[in-house]
Amino acid sequence: MAKILVFTELHGTHVKGVTLEILGRLAGHNVEVAAIGAIPSDAVSELAKFGAAKVHSLKGANLEKYSPEGYANALKGFISAGSFDYVFSGATSVGKDLLPRVATMFDAGMASEVTNFVMEGDHFAGTRPLFAGKCFAKVELTGPKPHFVTVRPNALGLNANPTAGAAAASEASVDAGAIRAMIKDIVKGASEKLDLTEANIIVSGGRAMKEAANFKILDEMASVIGATVGASRAAVDSGFAPHAMQVGQTGKTVAPTLYIACGISGAIQHLAGMRTSKVIVAINTDPDAPIFTKADYGIVGDLFTIVPIMTQEFKALLGK
Amino acid sequence: MNIFVCVKQVPDTETKIVPTADATFIETSSIKWIMNPYDEFAVEQALLVQAANAGSTVTVVRVGSSKDTEALRTAMAMGADDAFLVEAQDNLDSYMIAKALKGAIAKSGKTPDLILTGKQAIDDDCLQVPQILATMLNMPSVSVVVGYEGSATDVTVKREIEGGALEVYGVKLPALIACNKGINTPRYASLPGIMKAKKKPLTTLSLADVGVSDADKRVKYSSFQLPPEKPPGKKFDATDAGKMNGVVKEVVGLLRTEAKVL
Repeated sequence: MAKILVFTELHGTHVKGVTLEILGRLAGHNVEVAAIGAIPSDAVSELAKFGAAKVHSLKGANLEKYSPEGYANALKGFISAGSFDYVFSGATSVGKDLLPRVATMFDAGMASEVTNFVMEGDHFAGTRPLFAGKCFAKVELTGPKPHFVTVRPNALGLNANPTAGAAAASEASVDAGAIRAMIKDIVKGASEKLDLTEANIIVSGGRAMKEAANFKILDEMASVIGATVGASRAAVDSGFAPHAMQVGQTGKTVAPTLYIACGISGAIQHLAGMRTSKVIVAINTDPDAPIFTKADYGIVGDLFTIVPIMTQEFKALLGK
Repeated sequence: MNIFVCVKQVPDTETKIVPTADATFIETSSIKWIMNPYDEFAVEQALLVQAANAGSTVTVVRVGSSKDTEALRTAMAMGADDAFLVEAQDNLDSYMIAKALKGAIAKSGKTPDLILTGKQAIDDDCLQVPQILATMLNMPSVSVVVGYEGSATDVTVKREIEGGALEVYGVKLPALIACNKGINTPRYASLPGIMKAKKKPLTTLSLADVGVSDADKRVKYSSFQLPPEKPPGKKFDATDAGKMNGVVKEVVGLLRTEAKVL
């Protein structure tokens, strides 16, 4: 039985969904959760339900906002004191930035953004996509412990942990140390919706959107079904959408439950970034567009007529 | 200022990836190699900082196979002054690459004031090397940066996080900044630039020269395989105005009854 720490981030009274996905997969191990800041009691019970035995709120000066150095120093101190075998985190903006830094402080290795893993006894064996998902490989870690792993959101799915009980909540004081790269300001994004990498449903537009203003029809559909809007590289390079919305090999790799591709032909680099979506719907005027080879449901037709009809049908189906 | 840029050479984004017969890596014999697209932003940013700070030099460092030196030659054709190549296989893990980059920077004899990298390489997509290298060098660093301004001693950078929100950081140099698309528009190498690049110094080092050995291996990869092919889906013709509504209604219905995603 390995001793494992799962690092999580707080969002109001909740922890990120990917944290619960990781916990569900670690049933049978001695698993503790830590976050920087005060973990609310609702979140503690949620974490316990998925198998956390202990939940630690890490507190210290200069940790109100994320800083790569401050968080890394704080987490390093806490991990050293707890002698963990593994440290997991979601492959979120913070997780992807922070974990390699902490791993290096232990001279330890890290597996990035695995989409699946098993613990064979105390040995971690993961699967991760490479080349933006054009192929997959088995990944294992060697060298000094603890070993570090980030897990892609939405990849494992939520599984209740049968050994779950109550979690002991505790506080630990941590030291942020010297911070040389300090946040001065946070500029909010255009969208308050879930990030593409965490979204359960994505509606994406391609070159056929013709102009930025036309993304309005995708926004309307997205608001009906609770989706985040994405774009292809062609649409981003044409200036229809910002790079933060780009799905594909030089944008974001996504794995939603439902991906609706509108006017996207399906370049190999785009398919690589979205092919692990559970269900794919494609709307395109070209019946031979490569996107149809990956689509579960392909609709040959003009997105400007199909999308509004589909939005109405979604409204009817969902009673909105 | 001593400016360093770390670049990687990766298969072109249109490459069809094929695992080797023994599944230990991918077939590399017929691949078209390019500079990692995010590294182009790092090279461009280095040249912009150099132009703003007279007397600065831009040194490019790469770890990888010497079969093709496309990435380093491109960087020098864009305007970088010199280059170091640490000869190694193309599938080293992030820890080994970062340690080799650190060793090569030390071998250059210059103390870095600024290190620029791409935010991630589009081959293994680990997004680790910039943070590992900064930690090894005990340097502050910010990753996924889409905005950069500042002087030779202090910079303000914007880091992109979830939902396109930005964290604005003040950083004292020396520092490492990992660039994302949007930070600048990389220039194309001019023909005179390409000719000049051929005469610029390219120093080749071995992994042993930079103090890296098999003992530094942290990540083991095996069983490279293609993703499972999906069975063919259902395709509907909605080009005819009369059928459109029916088709869309049917697909939306199937999303609930068959795919069970709504």
